[in-house]
Amino acid sequence: MKTVSETISRIIAPLLCGLIFGTGLLVSGMIQPTKVLGFLDILGAWDPSLAVVMAAALAVAAPGFMLARQRARPVLAGQYFLPGKSEIDAPLVLGAGLFGIGWGLVGLCPGPALESLATLSPGVMVFVVAMAGGMFLHGKWQASRPAVPRDAPIVHATDG
Amino acid sequence: MANFTPLSAAIGGALIGLSTVLLMLLTGRIAGISGIFAGLLNVGSDDKGWRIAFIAGLILVPVIAGWIGYGMAPPKLPASWAIIVAAGLLVGFGARLGGGCTSGHGICGIGRLSVRSIAATIVFMVTAVITVAVSRHMLGG
Repeated sequence: MKTVSETISRIIAPLLCGLIFGTGLLVSGMIQPTKVLGFLDILGAWDPSLAVVMAAALAVAAPGFMLARQRARPVLAGQYFLPGKSEIDAPLVLGAGLFGIGWGLVGLCPGPALESLATLSPGVMVFVVAMAGGMFLHGKWQASRPAVPRDAPIVHATDG
Repeated sequence: MANFTPLSAAIGGALIGLSTVLLMLLTGRIAGISGIFAGLLNVGSDDKGWRIAFIAGLILVPVIAGWIGYGMAPPKLPASWAIIVAAGLLVGFGARLGGGCTSGHGICGIGRLSVRSIAATIVFMVTAVITVAVSRHMLGG
């Protein structure tokens, strides 16, 4: 039988965080691709809103993470799950580059895309299935390559 | 800058930041949406519960907003299915190869002062800006 604190840790806390995150995307307007593309379109009628969203998010996140770091472990879990890598490598740059092209093509990134599934928009559903397909292809490609020793276990091999 | 909405952007951004801090402080997890979603596609992984709960929270927001009269309009997307599929594939593949997306790198990673995340954010901002410049101003899309 699961304990109460395990249920809070596994279900209630992440659900609450998803609700807050989703409210942030909705309130800020970043749920709408037109708003995101307005920021990325520096040659058009530029809309700096996305920069304000990031600045405000970082103004809360940076001190918050410093506070978290001062604790030996999270409130509801045994350990922090933090990325193990620290150097800038080719996969990071190539992956981020490809991600940016896809983001710029339609103005959707994973958070707003998943949240927008609530609208039952066929275009969003197709985007999310394609996104899952891209992740699946990446997994297949990784598995097909000769095993590369990693400096950190699998859970730590991703940044976010 | 007629479309600039600094107040709602600041409030929404602060909520996003609060969410990432709470998830880290309470559960020790990084609120990187691509990482959370990708973990669901991992057959055999046993830590799906918190991922499903977080994404359920995301999807519930527009539903609840709709009940109280603030429903969102469906996103405006390109007419071409080929572009939507290509963009989805690039976003999914690129986020995994690069180890994160706008939330994982752009907010959590930079918030932790990770050099990798600062680099990734600069790179995807630059390629996204170039993509929009080419598609809107050179190809006339």
